[in-house]
Amino acid sequence: MLSAILSLSLLALGLGLLLGFAAIRFKVEGDPLVDKIDALLPQTQCGQCSYPGCRPYATAIANDEADINQCPPGGEATIHALADLLDRDPKPLNPENGEVKEKMLAVIDEQTCIGCTLCIQACPVDAILGAAKQMHTVIADECTGCELCLPPCPVDCIDMVVIGQDILTWKWPAPPEPSEETAS
Amino acid sequence: MSRRLWRFNGGVHPSQHKYESTRNAIGQALLPKQLTLPLHQHIGEPAEPLVQVGDHVLKGQQIARANGYVSAPIHAPSSGTIAAIGEYPIPHPSGLSADCIIIDTDGEDRWGERLAIADYKELSPSALRNLIREAGIVGLGGAGFPSYIKLNPGHDKVIKTLILNGVECEPYITCDDMLMRERPEQVIAGLNVARHALQAEQCIIAIENNKPEAWDAINAAAQDYDYIEVVRVPTLYPQGSEKQLVKVLTGKEVPSNGLSLQIGVVSINVGTSAAIYRAIFEGEPLLSRIITVSGSGVDTARNLETLIGTAMDELVRQCDGDPEQLGKLIMGGPMMGFAMHRTDLPVIKTTNCILSHHREQMPKQKPVLPCIRCGACMDACPVELLPQQLYWFTRSDELDKAQDHDLFDCIECGCCSYVCPSNIPLVQYYRYAKGEIWIREREREKAEQARKRFEFRQDRIERRKAEHGARRKQKQDGSKKRDDKRAEIQAAVERAQQRRDQAMQQAGQRQTERKQGDDKDNTLQ
Repeated sequence: MLSAILSLSLLALGLGLLLGFAAIRFKVEGDPLVDKIDALLPQTQCGQCSYPGCRPYATAIANDEADINQCPPGGEATIHALADLLDRDPKPLNPENGEVKEKMLAVIDEQTCIGCTLCIQACPVDAILGAAKQMHTVIADECTGCELCLPPCPVDCIDMVVIGQDILTWKWPAPPEPSEETAS
Repeated sequence: MSRRLWRFNGGVHPSQHKYESTRNAIGQALLPKQLTLPLHQHIGEPAEPLVQVGDHVLKGQQIARANGYVSAPIHAPSSGTIAAIGEYPIPHPSGLSADCIIIDTDGEDRWGERLAIADYKELSPSALRNLIREAGIVGLGGAGFPSYIKLNPGHDKVIKTLILNGVECEPYITCDDMLMRERPEQVIAGLNVARHALQAEQCIIAIENNKPEAWDAINAAAQDYDYIEVVRVPTLYPQGSEKQLVKVLTGKEVPSNGLSLQIGVVSINVGTSAAIYRAIFEGEPLLSRIITVSGSGVDTARNLETLIGTAMDELVRQCDGDPEQLGKLIMGGPMMGFAMHRTDLPVIKTTNCILSHHREQMPKQKPVLPCIRCGACMDACPVELLPQQLYWFTRSDELDKAQDHDLFDCIECGCCSYVCPSNIPLVQYYRYAKGEIWIREREREKAEQARKRFEFRQDRIERRKAEHGARRKQKQDGSKKRDDKRAEIQAAVERAQQRRDQAMQQAGQRQTERKQGDDKDNTLQ
């Protein structure tokens, strides 16, 4: 009896020490969950989720402070991906955060621009190029279409244009789903 | 001599409809008033225009140059004036427009300078490849891959076998068949040049056994060359696909996601071979090609030697069809071709066939029924994929699983759709899935880029804030020191004051003491 208790206690102690050692030795830096959530977000950095960027929103989701349906640029696809990752039920996009829009690109009307640099300061991904009292322009490849440059512009010279399809970005459409009458 | 032939999995036997267009000899399409030349007629980067609107160009003059390694130049198919350079509709499944050069022909068809090579064997393989590149030759079998790259295996690779693909397995299309029948010596001469460029040991010409005339003609032309073997292969769709043909002829399989180059085999189409002949022996760049015009929309189905850039409806008219009465115009064959959105699109280097259907004789669209999991598609798949699994994965948006099931090895031959008893357009699903995967990949890359830029910007702002903070602290520290000094001075002043006060007090005391002493003395006296 005594030997059984003793051996089990020793075993428990040994394993406990091993676990404790492993917890310190193999400690994961940072929060892997936040990274995983962040990887699913569209990285528009638009702040429509009410957090100042995608990573802060990811942190908030990981800490259970924010819901998964607050990202309009990601749309339904992102909500489903987050629901899958976090094992929650997907829900429709929260209308308070905005609505799903087509992918847009900011274009500065260079005739009207006065070179005030306010949009440069607002751009979360440094996609606007220019200097004080010099014309500004948007680097199209870097623009995420977040619209954060629109409100600060004092002369309203920035337009959001829909990114059109060209031969290189075109893809075959999905075939129509078989209709109900033929399927039944 | 008979060669052992292997067999690839599956394949189908669609009705051939080759007879209609082989009754007539190859005709010459009329010189059109206007030629529309898309800058992107090949796999790779679009060509870059070398001319401006208003320039006069001669036949064979290069009007757009290759832009990068995987690209091909474009030449003026006839003499005339550049009418416009800009976006015009091109033959593409999307129906979208892309950059084109439009030439108003002057009807003279006047040649520019032509440089024929007297003896190609004196040239090095790389010089030959360069000539082929400058002639704008791309794979005429359908894919449009720049030919000079195919003929450049690299220093470390030895190409044993060069396959000349005269299989032409797709129904209706007969342009290769007619080319082999009428110009076998050109095909063989082009093959010799390609062999020299590749330094290949042996050449195999593969022709399906439904083209006996072509086989006879090629056999006669190839007699003098002991390294050329003409092989008759049984008729089976899609045998003309490179990987399938390599399997049939050599028994070797091209690795997944790989090229036949990796197993020492290169294959070119007979049309490409004839184009190489013209480029080397006649000094003519790729300006025209043979196009099959067939289907119920034309009364006289035939092959036409057509200038690149000719409008498709012109060809339909020249084959006694009415473009207004067409229900559908397909570029390519019925298995792999795709419908055009309008009839006045130009033909390009890769257009091997124009298949038109009369409005009243359109093949009926059969209703799509649910998948019954019969597995017929799997038996028919020449790449040995699992079409049904790919279909389910695509429908349920599990594209990563589709990718794991080698979606990208699918050659989109259409065998699975052809045999499907439920008429499911399976290939459409795979095309959609491939495009969707590419788009998502691109979006992911873009998001990653945006994330990096955002984080960099955050870091920069933080850093600047920290620098500002440090400077302010320094300033504060500075003022603190001054305060300390002032306090010290103050303290010193106070100390001095105190000392002075003390001294004054002591002096006062001494005085009173002295006074008291005097008083004592006075009282004593």
